[in-house]
Amino acid sequence: MADVSFTVDGKKLTAPAGTLLIDACKSAGIEIPAFCYYPGLSLQAACRMCVVRIEKQPKLATACTTTVAEGMNVTTESPEIAQARKATLQLLLGNHPLDCPVCDAGGECELQDMTFKYGAADSFYTEPKNHREEQQWSPVVYFDRPRCILCYRCVRMCGEGMDIFALGVQNRGSSSVIAPNIPVSESPNGMAALDCEQCGMCIDACPVGALTSGTYRYKTRPWEMNHVATVCTHCGDGCKTTLGVRSVSDGSEIVRGDNRDKSGMNGDFLCNKGRYAFDFANNIERLTSPLVRKDGKLVPVSWEEALGFAGKRLREIRDEKGANAVGVIGSNRTTNEESYLLQKFARTVIGTNNIDHHRTADYVTLATALQGTTTVAGKPRFASQRCVEKSPAILLVGGDPTNEAPLTAWNIRTNVRLNKARVYVANHRDIKLKRQAKAFTPVAEFGYAAFIDSLGEENEFTKAVKSEEKLLVVVGNELRGGELAKLIAALPHAKFALLADYANSRGAADMGVLPDALPGYQPLTGSAIASEYTSPSEPGLDLLGMFDAAANGKLAALYVVGSNPVKRYGIDATALKDTFVIVQDMFLTETAMLADVVLPAANLYEKSGSVTNSYGDVQLVSKAADKAGVRSDFEMIVRLADKFGHEIKTLVPFGKGLRADMGQTRGAQSGEADRHSVWLTANNMEPKLSPFDPFAILDEIQRLVPGYDKLLRLQLLSGNDQHIAPAGSGLVQISGSRKDLVLPAADSLFTSGSLTRYSPMLQDVQRHQADEAATPLASAD
Amino acid sequence: MSSIANSIFTPETAARFDKLASIYPVKRSALVPMLLYAQDEIGYVSNAAVAEIAERLDLLELDVRNVLSYYSMLRTAPVGKYNVQVCTNISCMLRGGFELLDHCKKTLHIGHKETTADGLFSLEEVECIGACCWAPAVQVNYDFHEDLTPAKMDAVLEDYRAGRGKDVK
Ligand code: SF4
Ligand code: SF4
Ligand code: SF4
Ligand code: FES
Ligand code: FES
Repeated sequence: MADVSFTVDGKKLTAPAGTLLIDACKSAGIEIPAFCYYPGLSLQAACRMCVVRIEKQPKLATACTTTVAEGMNVTTESPEIAQARKATLQLLLGNHPLDCPVCDAGGECELQDMTFKYGAADSFYTEPKNHREEQQWSPVVYFDRPRCILCYRCVRMCGEGMDIFALGVQNRGSSSVIAPNIPVSESPNGMAALDCEQCGMCIDACPVGALTSGTYRYKTRPWEMNHVATVCTHCGDGCKTTLGVRSVSDGSEIVRGDNRDKSGMNGDFLCNKGRYAFDFANNIERLTSPLVRKDGKLVPVSWEEALGFAGKRLREIRDEKGANAVGVIGSNRTTNEESYLLQKFARTVIGTNNIDHHRTADYVTLATALQGTTTVAGKPRFASQRCVEKSPAILLVGGDPTNEAPLTAWNIRTNVRLNKARVYVANHRDIKLKRQAKAFTPVAEFGYAAFIDSLGEENEFTKAVKSEEKLLVVVGNELRGGELAKLIAALPHAKFALLADYANSRGAADMGVLPDALPGYQPLTGSAIASEYTSPSEPGLDLLGMFDAAANGKLAALYVVGSNPVKRYGIDATALKDTFVIVQDMFLTETAMLADVVLPAANLYEKSGSVTNSYGDVQLVSKAADKAGVRSDFEMIVRLADKFGHEIKTLVPFGKGLRADMGQTRGAQSGEADRHSVWLTANNMEPKLSPFDPFAILDEIQRLVPGYDKLLRLQLLSGNDQHIAPAGSGLVQISGSRKDLVLPAADSLFTSGSLTRYSPMLQDVQRHQADEAATPLASAD
Repeated sequence: MSSIANSIFTPETAARFDKLASIYPVKRSALVPMLLYAQDEIGYVSNAAVAEIAERLDLLELDVRNVLSYYSMLRTAPVGKYNVQVCTNISCMLRGGFELLDHCKKTLHIGHKETTADGLFSLEEVECIGACCWAPAVQVNYDFHEDLTPAKMDAVLEDYRAGRGKDVK
């Protein structure tokens, strides 16, 4: 829109016509106080805090609902305005208790700041105070009624943002209150309760301490925590999150997760898992000492003993039975550097292609199908998460993002709400995003092939989809193999995204944790990377093949990193009875229980490196938490290779060089070293120091993996996401039936694979949804 | 036939609701009239009524409750057979509305929003009932009684007690 010029506090400003005055002022560095205004949500004008004087207007006007106009002359601070804001505050404080010293929002409360600024010390409000005990609406959402200033941010956030509408306003006048969707009269325990996605967005949006978080409340204060920006460990969407961390006797503990700085592609969004399910890291069942099986029992031993034993046995087995008697299983929750290192370990240290991971989506087919046609109108056909928020048209095929990829669902809703995006859904279920869809086509279960065929026909749905010039296709993980390839071929003008399940599912595939492709989906022979590695040219066993081989006595050793295939794939425990098993994990999982050596691992919140989300957006993870006794998977792989008797420098290129970790890996614990690193970075120097430095391997990834060569290191270090398209040429066309190898995790909003049972919060929420929330719904019939 | 199977309302009311839901540009607009008619039939707006109205108008129960709780003339709990609503707004206040209210409290032995033990009367202090010209005024269910004094009020109550009042419910 055309720009208009106007004056604010004597400053000449310009902004596009239609811009809200409050936003225009903010971009010019003029802050207008506001409570009810929240960017992206509908306007409410409920609080009257943003009043300003606009010349020629008889009364003070609300800056949050006024759009800028040509020649407008605005005053944002004057004694008159200050008086009006003070009066507003006095009214808002009508019911407010003086409990800042104990309130969770103390120190980051907008009301506290404003009251301090305008000095609203006494109230002329004479109505009886609306005092109530605080109420627990769910395991994670608490409400303290007297603190509420009725700005309706929570109501709009839940309704417009989340499309849940679990919060409303009840009663009127001075007795108005925010109410959850299960009223006292319908709740089994006589308390109002929430039946919702438990995302906690309402809590984050609340400008005061009226809504508080069940996992954080009364634990600490904002200034007592370190705030570390990293990436959520749970689904494949890759939300950026800021973890509040504080020291405890055996490391540092995460106490809060949020993204209030809106720095990532998720804006301020986080789902229930992202915001609260960090508690698995603090679980007392964490393994903190290596275990070795002695007389049939796993007993704690020293690191030296465990690694020495594991390395020696692995060496013996490799030498006696050959490299192909060893199998390696990687993880979709470890960093790119760890995944890359692990496949390099399998290929160069052991000398086998028997390497795979729990694949939750078919990235091999995606990379293969998009090969050669990697751009549409000059742009890569691999879509980024950011496209979901901006694309004018989206086709969603299979999958239910609301449950499986909550950020994708949030971005689709935001796009529809703010940009009127057209959404088309083809699914065998009535998914919730249907509410946002312009058109919906029901597909029979397992009938996606028929749907893809129907794309060639002329019906209303396909006509609409095909007439979209800029189409983004978001494909759920139900489509794989030939079906996926056919879909991609049927829509040559579209961009594609394939949804996977865990934080680094895409990364594990990109990094070549696959038996038949090298990193970047390069063929086993002939590519640049193949000439660098002296790895076998024959494809190895895939994950299921390895367990079959073990059952047939053909797999003598198995090395499992951060994964629980025994549970996930329902493997019969006896299959591994004659196999030497090494497992690196946080907990004694079903797989770890069968192991001969168990090594306690750090999780993604406790290390640094990079991860790649479902869409191929690479982000930095930083070390936030810490736990005494555990080690990163990276370090364990290196140490195992060392005990194996391998020359470490050929595995991790460390020592002389230009780049190194000068604090990134220590996250919250860094200090002087970080300042040193700033200087080094500014001077284009990052000397490599240690074989445990994941950034040394990142060099190699950048050098060898197609797509990742475009990665800008400083962008990564400053916390930005970068989109990667594995655009390598000569990809190997994978044939054969690998369909059953792709096993979507079937995680819902309140589950996260094997971590579910180690997260007390996830279990509490599940129980709440099953009991407190389900009972009134059942009785309503 | 009602559009809802097993409606909790009488066939007449259900038919009326079907019609109501069809006459506004947005279905939601039928909410307040529906709540009033539901209250007239059941005596108050019960949870079941909330659920059915939400279903009829494609709203969430929470939406219905939000509106329901806003209007003080809508009730979520049963009242007595005769609901005595005493106006204490400005005109009535100047002409003795509070006196009337106090008198009712004393004679009925109940307070605001309470019901007598026999379930015959309940008492409510209300905003202007639109009978200012004959203040002080009292509304009993849908009957108006104007220009009252405590003595006249006694007679009114006595009439109802003796079963001589209009019985709207
Ligand atoms: S937690 Fe999320 S879904 Fe639940 S009420 Fe708050 S905003 Fe709505
Ligand atoms: S609970 Fe918080 S966000 Fe919701 S209306 Fe009250 S103050 Fe605003
Ligand atoms: S949407 Fe996915 S990445 Fe984002 S917070 Fe939730 S689980 Fe984490
Ligand atoms: S911010 Fe403008 S009225 Fe609340
Ligand atoms: S003031 Fe009592 S009826 Fe209007």
